[in-house]
Amino acid sequence: MGPFVPDLISDQLNLVVALVLGLGFGFVLEQAGFSSSRRLVGVFYGYDFTVLRVFFTAAVTAMIGVLLLGSAGLLDVDAIFVNPTWLWPAVVGGIIMGVGFVIGGYCPGTSVCAAAIGKVDAMFFVGGGLLGIFGFAEAYPLVQTFNDSSALGPVKVFTSLGISQGVFAFLLIAAAVAAFAATTWIERRVAPASAPSLSFARRPHVLAGAALLVLGVVLLVLPDYKGRILSRVSSPSYAVAHAVPVMTADELAFRIVDHEPNVRIVDVRSPKAWAARSLPGSVNVATRDLFGKEWSATLSPRHVRKVVVGETEEQARIAGLLIRELGYENVAVLEGGFPKFEKTILTPAPFAFAGGRWDADVARFRDDARAEIARLAEQAKKAGQKQPIKEKKIQGGC
Amino acid sequence: MMKRDTMNPYLAGFFLGMVLLATIFVTGRGLGASGALKSLVVTAVADVAPAHAESSPFYAHYVGPGKDSPLKSWLAFEVAGVLIGAFVSGLVSDRLKVVTEAGPRVASRLRWLFALAGGALFGVGAQLARGCTSGAALSGMAVLSTAGFVTMLAIFGTGYAVAWFARGLWLGGNVER
Repeated sequence: MGPFVPDLISDQLNLVVALVLGLGFGFVLEQAGFSSSRRLVGVFYGYDFTVLRVFFTAAVTAMIGVLLLGSAGLLDVDAIFVNPTWLWPAVVGGIIMGVGFVIGGYCPGTSVCAAAIGKVDAMFFVGGGLLGIFGFAEAYPLVQTFNDSSALGPVKVFTSLGISQGVFAFLLIAAAVAAFAATTWIERRVAPASAPSLSFARRPHVLAGAALLVLGVVLLVLPDYKGRILSRVSSPSYAVAHAVPVMTADELAFRIVDHEPNVRIVDVRSPKAWAARSLPGSVNVATRDLFGKEWSATLSPRHVRKVVVGETEEQARIAGLLIRELGYENVAVLEGGFPKFEKTILTPAPFAFAGGRWDADVARFRDDARAEIARLAEQAKKAGQKQPIKEKKIQGGC
Repeated sequence: MMKRDTMNPYLAGFFLGMVLLATIFVTGRGLGASGALKSLVVTAVADVAPAHAESSPFYAHYVGPGKDSPLKSWLAFEVAGVLIGAFVSGLVSDRLKVVTEAGPRVASRLRWLFALAGGALFGVGAQLARGCTSGAALSGMAVLSTAGFVTMLAIFGTGYAVAWFARGLWLGGNVER
């Protein structure tokens, strides 16, 4: 499952990867004709919409790829870098860049391409870019407050608009196809003799547009990978077909008191409930986060029994089934959920003798366990509950 | 019918999208351009005036004891690749030529001046928007980041809004290339 940085590809190798991907980026940009400023600004005057065609197609292609790979479970979309939003700085920065585009004739990426093939104006543009960054850096204390304002974090556009991911993807694709058709019509009127679109064969372009719209409809109904697996393991029929061993409160208490090394308590209750009261040595993780690579070190060892603790046994069972579905082994769930453990072991209550032969032993064991678990919990509190360190997030952006 | 010397734009867009997708799939991040220019500026300032660089909140973020050179960054290597890739493309398509490209009514010197100014504006804007057309708009849109769409709309919306005032730079005479 991608991405492969930082697990499979080290920081050093990543630089080589960057060089290779940059090669492809530069080659395609230049082949697209992006090394010509007059062609680039044509998009603003209507005589050449190459920029819109290349740019929109690239964005839509990559977006569709990310969504399809994510849905197939080949790419962890929660792990990739999503450019964080600083709303007003993005607007103002975009306005400044828009003016720069029209008077300069390039954007930074295209200017590097054009400079590479000998365009002198592009070399001036790159030099201007360096000067602009230098000026910004020197004036940084003056603009820092604005620069850091309206920070919204790595928010996704469909969330901002209040629609679903699938609907947004479909609308973007439909907008792209409409824009391709409309701009071709405009271009042929503005430059009837030289519009680049005059050389397009009609049939393949119409077919490609139709295929793109079909893909948009697919995205509209495409379930997301994690949601799909979660709903599968949550269904009652799945639980019937895939039983997970159940551990009683007494057994778990015994293993805690016994300092059994090959038991790992995975608490899937809310962080609030976990912080309020939890078992010594337990880790807290939301069921959906179990997909994350950062938990594989905890869940992988086969000889370690993962005991899932939930608010209810059902919550624990779903998480347990998910853990197994993700390929980990040796999973059990706590019987009756955390409240039953609390009632049976942690709360001093008179033992209801039912005339069983071992009743007295059980009562004594529970008293001892309660005291020992309280001691361990106290100890853990003093040491500070240890959570596995979250994986280093991928860095990105310019 | 005009003879086309460049790739079909939709095909080029598809390939560009695949390069971007490969980048996201392998490295978990997007492509960029302006970040490499920033690395150059930061490195130059840190070499010429190290004390100034360490005391400034902007540079201190990138340079300082124990930090790698900003040139040893992902974007710096990626843009080095862009330079080589574009050169190779120009070589195979026979477009390598030292030339100034300007509108029909614009002298080379004026074109250089405006290119310099446009570049400077991009340098400033890309800092505020945390990226340029590649790093913020294109890569941001691919991962459905709000910032990507906001930046893209602001860049191109502004472009259309001011294009009329700059028409003398690009139009006039024979529009056809």
